[in-house]
Amino acid sequence: MTLPRLLVLSFAMFAVGTFGVLARRHVIAVLLSIELMFNAANLAIVSAAWAHGLLHGVVVVFFAIAVTVAEVAVGLALFVLAHRLRGTNQLDDLNTLRG
Amino acid sequence: MKDLAFYGFAAALLAGAVGTVVSRSLYRAAFSLAATLLATAGLYFLLTAAVLGAVQILLYTGGVLTLTVYAVALTDGERLAGPRWRRPLPAAVLAGGLAVALGSAALSVEPSVGLGGLEDGRALGVEVFTTYLVPFELLSVLLLGAIFGALVVARKEREP
Repeated sequence: MTLPRLLVLSFAMFAVGTFGVLARRHVIAVLLSIELMFNAANLAIVSAAWAHGLLHGVVVVFFAIAVTVAEVAVGLALFVLAHRLRGTNQLDDLNTLRG
Repeated sequence: MKDLAFYGFAAALLAGAVGTVVSRSLYRAAFSLAATLLATAGLYFLLTAAVLGAVQILLYTGGVLTLTVYAVALTDGERLAGPRWRRPLPAAVLAGGLAVALGSAALSVEPSVGLGGLEDGRALGVEVFTTYLVPFELLSVLLLGAIFGALVVARKEREP
């Protein structure tokens, strides 16, 4: 378990998440893929903090996790609203700003 | 022993990530994401950041999984009309290129190993409540705003 291996793992997860964001059609699936990318970034930060023995990276990730959970709550509420107004959550059908 | 645990968590993490992206059912995608997040929490424990691992399990995994399952149940549920993908080939090429570029950059990092003892709860608490006190309080304001925002956006309009 060395820093490069941890970074490779986190970057692999980031790339998988990127693919999901670009290729999935359902908004909730895209949000879950964004979560993957968030998680990959968190893992990279904690790995670097571990390798250099710095506590600040852990604090940053602590805040990032809390902000991410707030973002997920608001995002999912928006998706529920979009589904109520439009009857769909497929990205291709949600292409106007009008309710 | 630690290396074995690392590879186990890494395998679970990647399997969960791929499952999140490819599964047709959104429930299955949500639970795959939860598996990934739990494996990440295990890695945090290995990286001697135990409090962060606990936060990851309680706040991140629990929160995201619960919210997602409710959102899926309130919207489409299991009915997913139409294809799963939208132009998967260019996306795969882009993501693969990103993986290769980032991976080659990561392999040129010098292979340093942490000494352990990165975080104990006491040091983290002291840090959060002294150096990072203002961001911490702003965080509570943000969470309150998020709660009210989600409530206002998603509530049903009452008939007058």
